[in-house]
Amino acid sequence: MSPTIDSIRTDLLARKRSAEEIAREALKFAEAENPKTNAYLTFAPERALAAARAVDQKIAAGEDPGALAGVPIAIKDVILTRGLRTTCASRMLETYIPPYDATAVIRIEQAGGVIIGKTNCDEFAMGSSNENSAFGPVRNPVALDRVPGGSSGGSAAVVAQGTAVLSLGSDTGGSIRQPASFCGVTGVTPTYGRVSRYGLTAFASSLDHIGPFSRTVRDSARLLQVMAGRDEMDATSAFAPVPDYVAALDGNIRGMKIGIPKEFFDGLASDTGDVIQAAIQTLQKLGCEIREIRLPHTPYAVGCYYIICTAEASSNLARYDGVRYTRRSAAAGSLQEMYRQTRDEGFGAECKRRIMLGTYVLSSGYYDAYYLKAQKVRALVARDYAEAFEQVDAIVGPVSPFPAFKLGEKVDDPAAMYLSDIYTVTGDLAGIPCMSVPGGKTPDGLPVGLQILANHFNETAMFRVADAFERAA
Amino acid sequence: MKITEQEVRRVAELANLALTEDEIVRMTQDMDGILTHIDKLSELDTSNVEPMSQVLYDAEETATLREDIERKPLGNADALANAPISGQGYFKVPLVIEK
Repeated sequence: MSPTIDSIRTDLLARKRSAEEIAREALKFAEAENPKTNAYLTFAPERALAAARAVDQKIAAGEDPGALAGVPIAIKDVILTRGLRTTCASRMLETYIPPYDATAVIRIEQAGGVIIGKTNCDEFAMGSSNENSAFGPVRNPVALDRVPGGSSGGSAAVVAQGTAVLSLGSDTGGSIRQPASFCGVTGVTPTYGRVSRYGLTAFASSLDHIGPFSRTVRDSARLLQVMAGRDEMDATSAFAPVPDYVAALDGNIRGMKIGIPKEFFDGLASDTGDVIQAAIQTLQKLGCEIREIRLPHTPYAVGCYYIICTAEASSNLARYDGVRYTRRSAAAGSLQEMYRQTRDEGFGAECKRRIMLGTYVLSSGYYDAYYLKAQKVRALVARDYAEAFEQVDAIVGPVSPFPAFKLGEKVDDPAAMYLSDIYTVTGDLAGIPCMSVPGGKTPDGLPVGLQILANHFNETAMFRVADAFERAA
Repeated sequence: MKITEQEVRRVAELANLALTEDEIVRMTQDMDGILTHIDKLSELDTSNVEPMSQVLYDAEETATLREDIERKPLGNADALANAPISGQGYFKVPLVIEK
């Protein structure tokens, strides 16, 4: 049995183990296993042990140790941790030590969570395979010759490998759900604005989310519960009250209306499709009413997404200019040369590609044809979902057109790699909550995630479907 | 071709990226492939659609301006701690204006 938030809490309160013992074991195991996957970039033993001791002291004093008491948690290396190196998996920030903590990190530690390290990812969260890290790719713990997905590949891998109980990722176009699917764990992209992005390194601000990875649906619900809610430090964080997600998980989803979007089955590999069809039958057996729906603008979503995300990225990454963030090219003579040389040396190929594309679509004469057009298409994608949720409570489909592929298999064709984001980008464009829950395996034994999407702020419906499915699977 | 090497050079200048000749050639191919896919958007008539610049959802009206209360800032030393070169409380850059 893998540990969960509940099992760790039970052990702690029964005094079977101390939080410090759990943290020491977790760190030792994670450091020993890491060479297999390269999933961690940095370990945080001092920080972890200090947090664990604080939990032990609270328990000894008879106080509530918090909702995440003693749970070993890994944080994607695009989320800032005060005093703990945060690289964004980029040469640009190889030695960057953040002067403050992300709000999500503060809330986790206030709830007794024990942060044990920072996870590898695609550089600045740009990629779908984790092969764009400046510090080497992550290997999928399920099949070490395959990618873990991206961009939050390290965060998915550590949970799959058991080197953390929970982790945080970030999702802009599928970067939580797709690696969750590839590694066979649960990954959640909450409603846009549900979790504060204060301290999340900005990639595409109108699309960026922080969300949890875990082995069980219940644990993701608990972790989201801790992080969710308005934060004064992020003006885009939502005021909407946060319901008790776990209380709603009674396993009964009889009568729920589930939409199956026809467009999510075009171009789907048959091994993945078979798993998804079986999952839909399971939901039917659980008493759900299955309805075919249409999301007609899905085929336009990838083009729309790559205009918006690259435009916003080109602007957000302008700050890495050799002045404020650690790296400056030694070759710099003039100010202009300093900017250019620093950026040329600091950014990897995928970051450059996206900065270039984003600069191009925003450049004089092209704004209307690209950026404005994409914003209009985004409205159509969002409208598809708004109309669908008038008829159904949740939508299910695949996460990725295919399961985890081999390292190096797709690196030479960026356009093809972008197209594989087809089933995940629409949820981000609309800003709705969506998640991947393990759906089954291909005949080759590779995990396939089932995607579940719900309307804005209806994480409860999404979690209920995922939890009932998990119990039945 | 959707984009030429000449245009890629101009965009690299706008983006403050010093690309090598090899990078220019490769970038032109990659951008061309992506822009060709993006062309699909022109199939859609969006003349009557409002652009969506932020995620929209129904929510109660809320005051997003906080109370004007003094708060402790990050502080000069912390803010400069990651600067490649700093001095006398400032970020330092190469000489910009000649005397």
